[in-house]
Amino acid sequence: MDGNKELQGAQRDMAGPAVGSRRAFLGKTAAIAGSVVLASQITKIPWESAAHAAASDPSDEVPQWAMVIDLARCDGCDDCSKACQKTHFTGDQKWLEVFKVHDEGGGHYFLPRPCMQCENAPCENVCPVGATFTNESGAVLIDHRICIGCRICIAACPYGARSFNWGVPENPPGARFAKYSPEFPVPHRKGTAEKCMFCVHNTKMGKLPACATACAMSAIWLGDLVQDVATNGLETVKLSWLLSSRHAFRLKEELGTRPRVWYLPGHGEEAKTVTPV
Amino acid sequence: MSSATVARLQEHIEVPLRPRAWGFKGRLLASGLGLVVAWGVFAWFHQLDSGLVVTGLGNRVPWGLYITDFVFFIGISYAGTLVSAILRLSHAGWRRPITRLAEMITVVGLSIGSVLIVVDMGRPERLLNVVRFPHLHSPLTWDMLAISTYLIGSIIYLYLPLIPDLAVLSKSPTLGPLRRRVYRVLSLRWARLPEQRASLNKSIAILAVLLIPVAIAAHTVVGWIFGMTLREGWDSTIYGPYFVVGAIFSGIAGLIVVMAILRRVYHLEEFITEKHFRYLGWLLLVFGLLYAYFTGSEYLTMGYKLNMGSQSLLHELTLGQYAVPFWTFGLAGLVVPLLLLSFRRTRTIKWIPIAGALVLVGMWCKRLVIVVPSLALPTMPYEWGVYQPTWVEWSITAAAFAAFTLMFMVLVRCFPMISVWEVDEGLEREEGLEREEGLEREEGLELEPVVEEPLGSRRALAASGAEGGKR
Repeated sequence: MDGNKELQGAQRDMAGPAVGSRRAFLGKTAAIAGSVVLASQITKIPWESAAHAAASDPSDEVPQWAMVIDLARCDGCDDCSKACQKTHFTGDQKWLEVFKVHDEGGGHYFLPRPCMQCENAPCENVCPVGATFTNESGAVLIDHRICIGCRICIAACPYGARSFNWGVPENPPGARFAKYSPEFPVPHRKGTAEKCMFCVHNTKMGKLPACATACAMSAIWLGDLVQDVATNGLETVKLSWLLSSRHAFRLKEELGTRPRVWYLPGHGEEAKTVTPV
Repeated sequence: MSSATVARLQEHIEVPLRPRAWGFKGRLLASGLGLVVAWGVFAWFHQLDSGLVVTGLGNRVPWGLYITDFVFFIGISYAGTLVSAILRLSHAGWRRPITRLAEMITVVGLSIGSVLIVVDMGRPERLLNVVRFPHLHSPLTWDMLAISTYLIGSIIYLYLPLIPDLAVLSKSPTLGPLRRRVYRVLSLRWARLPEQRASLNKSIAILAVLLIPVAIAAHTVVGWIFGMTLREGWDSTIYGPYFVVGAIFSGIAGLIVVMAILRRVYHLEEFITEKHFRYLGWLLLVFGLLYAYFTGSEYLTMGYKLNMGSQSLLHELTLGQYAVPFWTFGLAGLVVPLLLLSFRRTRTIKWIPIAGALVLVGMWCKRLVIVVPSLALPTMPYEWGVYQPTWVEWSITAAAFAAFTLMFMVLVRCFPMISVWEVDEGLEREEGLEREEGLEREEGLELEPVVEEPLGSRRALAASGAEGGKR
């Protein structure tokens, strides 16, 4: 229950030899993702039904990605945001933004905001051409070959998670040769909307999202609602345990968007004791 | 009015259709407007080349002047359908000299509005994706469907009542030969035959009935673009009807202003009279009061509960960075015009157009304070977003207004701006009523009902409908 202690101190670099059980977890889920997609699996699976389906026959299920961000560990270093920009060649655009939030007691904490991959995604509902869609594992993607650049998705997002290629995007030299897919939208296209999509190109390959890999505090967890597991690269724990033991919450729960990002409350003190900044 | 009036009217409406009708002043104005439009087109090409980065928009405030202008022009377009269709269906006789102008405003307003939505797009060349990959959940898809239906319907609705006038004009010796030929083709061999008149009146009546729900849908859906989001200020259940009333309000104002200008330029004082302004002034007053009611209801329910977002929003609207457009709307766009229209002393031909012009300015400001502040409002721990329109946006906005004026000038230059046959018909109807009063019932019954009945009346339509049913 308490995570795999053996994994502590293991190499964090995802490109290097990965640790057994984590690789098994991510690898297995990726294999399932690549397997036959049944019609029922295309639909978004909410938390309860996903857990229920997992109980019946977990091996048939595609993973349903979730993210857990530990605010107690986050020290606001912005490495996640920078890693995201580097991985996706977004230039100045921030798909993941770290806010400094002032609390009532005069202190502050940091709030990293990726895309929430809402199950009831306002951006997806309002898109006039269906360029925004949810893939089989619950990530909300954009097809930049279809997007007409009307920006109603940006207006509709309650989390400010979307950005737009206002000018001609600065693609790195190599980007021209990249094969575009909504899962890895490089090269970027002028006049289209963009956002974080949990690095589906990584998770498919059994890797963590770039932000989670880059986080020195291991504050970002990737979870699978079907298998009910979560990992931050160091530990692997039961997702439901992580959420309940730390009183996880979601942003703007009252809006009914059903985000796939949970936050573990805290103010960063734990983090400060671990690494002096 | 007498038949001599109709003859004079025929003469008057031919004036702008004659060769070289614009004269020096007209051509100067047209070229000036053309230059503004050309500059706007240049600005748009610049924007197409560099991307929307040349605007003041950003991830925080993704919509600005273009959407404001879009909502404004779609709103103006309401004049036509509402004034013309509703007044036609309710057999308001006084509508006859002004319906054509109202319908022209609709077509021009919708055309400009549709172009503006394309200007706003990041990838305008992909416009047809809306047809290729339609996503029916999206209020924008509803919008494109509603507006394109409305535009096509309005063009037909403008064209049908033109047919009898074009037939007459195609025989007028004062017009150029090419123009007469075009009119002849467009008039579809109209010969004023009883069955032609019956079927024309029937078609117009059917179209008027159909266009009212389409028009209501079109503006409701424009409101829903905003109302379907979770944003503070937009997240409101009354946005559909609120936008419909706002559109009618600004549409009537637009019609009043256009009427006042054309009346003066083309000396139509005899045909567009103080009565028309007074009646439209009443309508403007009623819809202004309705709009004030909706506005009050909207802000009071927000201001009473004062959740975090609306606190901040109301503060910025009334005292903060949006105070100028907000109060321009509130005072110049609502209070002053409503006062002007409320008193007999100012409900005159001189002041009603001024009230109309104020309403137009105020309603443009209102659309700006609908679009921008709710976007600039922080949804996350941000500061307020900043939106400073650039020269590109101002140029395109100016071009939109210039294009509206220019398109209207061209439309008036190409087609008669008053429906002569309908005025004539109204006259016939008046005479018919007089005769009906004087004659016994039996005598009236001997005559062919379609010929005898005032055209457009319910009985005439019912009669022709019954005939059609028998066949």
